[in-house]
Amino acid sequence: MTNRVLEVNGLEAGYGLIQVLHGIDFHVDEGEAVVILGANGAGKTTTLRAICGMIQTSGSVKLNGEEIIGAKSADIVRRGVAHVPQGRGTFPELSVEDNLEVGAYTRTDGEVEADMERWYETYPVLYQRRTQTAGSLSGGEQQMLAVARALMSRPSLLLLDEPSLGLAPLIVEDLFERFAALNKEQGTTLLVVEQNAQLALGIADRGYVLASGAIDVQGPADELINDDAIRRAYLGV
Amino acid sequence: MELFLQRLFDAVSNGSTYALVAVALVLIFKATTLINFAQGEMGMLGAFFALQLWLWGVPMWIALVLAMILSAILAAGIERVLIRPFDPADHLPLVIITLGLFLVINAVAAIVWRFDPRSFPNLFGDGNAISIGGANLGWYTVGTIITVVGVLVLLQLLLTRTKIGLAFRAVSSNLESSELVGIRVGPTLQFGWALAAAVGTLAAAVFVANPVRQLEPSIMLRVLIFAAAAAALGGLDSLWGAVVGGLSIGLVQSVIVQYLNQWFSFPTTMSLAAAVVVLMVVLLVKPAGLFGTAAVERV
Repeated sequence: MTNRVLEVNGLEAGYGLIQVLHGIDFHVDEGEAVVILGANGAGKTTTLRAICGMIQTSGSVKLNGEEIIGAKSADIVRRGVAHVPQGRGTFPELSVEDNLEVGAYTRTDGEVEADMERWYETYPVLYQRRTQTAGSLSGGEQQMLAVARALMSRPSLLLLDEPSLGLAPLIVEDLFERFAALNKEQGTTLLVVEQNAQLALGIADRGYVLASGAIDVQGPADELINDDAIRRAYLGV
Repeated sequence: MELFLQRLFDAVSNGSTYALVAVALVLIFKATTLINFAQGEMGMLGAFFALQLWLWGVPMWIALVLAMILSAILAAGIERVLIRPFDPADHLPLVIITLGLFLVINAVAAIVWRFDPRSFPNLFGDGNAISIGGANLGWYTVGTIITVVGVLVLLQLLLTRTKIGLAFRAVSSNLESSELVGIRVGPTLQFGWALAAAVGTLAAAVFVANPVRQLEPSIMLRVLIFAAAAAALGGLDSLWGAVVGGLSIGLVQSVIVQYLNQWFSFPTTMSLAAAVVVLMVVLLVKPAGLFGTAAVERV
């Protein structure tokens, strides 16, 4: 049986008096790419924030079999979750190199430099711009940096929050090809939250559709992409 | 000419102390976008620590270093108890807390050390390094300049070459992403408060080490206003900007105000008002200051 990296059961979360997630269940296995789809306000971002302990939650979130609900963000990250928040989540005033360095903040092994080289090779544009501030990069480059920054922590699970947001279609396609390569070639376990269903399902193994804070439909990505009801409701075709 | 030179020297000497306090303000502002109104008082208290240790027989420079460490520890405690429980995004309660701290520290210093002015040991030796005609550049002024440059270089190294420095810059740049790379934000901000307190103590000690001044509980009140104007002019989040701002405010105070006094009988006591005018002009014309980062939000 494959290793279950993330197991979420009965997750409820919200902001103050407003409850956004009404008890959702899903899981991500090692090496999988899983996508959570849904319209604006369905609770996609909230789901990721809940996993990372950034908001009030109840229910169960197990990371590699250990309960992490109620833990602090910094501790959850130390246990192997890397989160690329919406709007890139880089450190705009810091150089590209410092961004990668800070991504490895929790690590104490001696291979940080080697990892940095590796992501510079994977994303040569970051190497070219390593002394520039992150804020001076283009949107697509910033997203690449945010991902590389997240991977510097050697996570067992990478969370991506709407990576396509605000980027030109060609750049988004390129980014998703890179995500697919990360998942298939480097073996990174991915949980992606997206509005662009077609693109996200294209790189995913399985998908969940979130509507009004509850899981509406779930299944293998190739089934979801061909499901007529979903095509009409979420893919706009 | 001599008079001008002398005023220039005075400006540099005053400006350097404003710069140091401004650097302390910037350290906290960078991390929290909060002006710590108690910064001057915290420095004053630290200077009293140094003086007391010195009176007990500790060599002056060692007393000063110990006082810097003591005030850093105190500031770390203040951050933990009074600042951290509050939402960092909600500035009003925090501003009120720093104002309250201002009053409390001032009162405590007055109770312990009274309001009698006390001479502070001269840190940099007496006499003049250079005399040009009638204008004297004292060792004190030379000492303040070296102190400012030394502090800045050390801070720069600390922020760019150490892990805690990297964490501090990360927290200054993006609080949420800092948590998401595993940085413990609270202790990092605490580090900023401690660092600022140490610099503030050094600033106050250097300020009162001037042979024409004495240490008393209200000594840093005016300095804080000049330093706040200096920090705003420099851009509030730039360390070197704070230095440029401090020297500029020193110039405004010494040169312009005194010439205005000479030519138009403008009262010299108005120099505080001049600092406020600078502050207002900066806020109106260039709110990001000379070297500050303009707030841009990309979505």
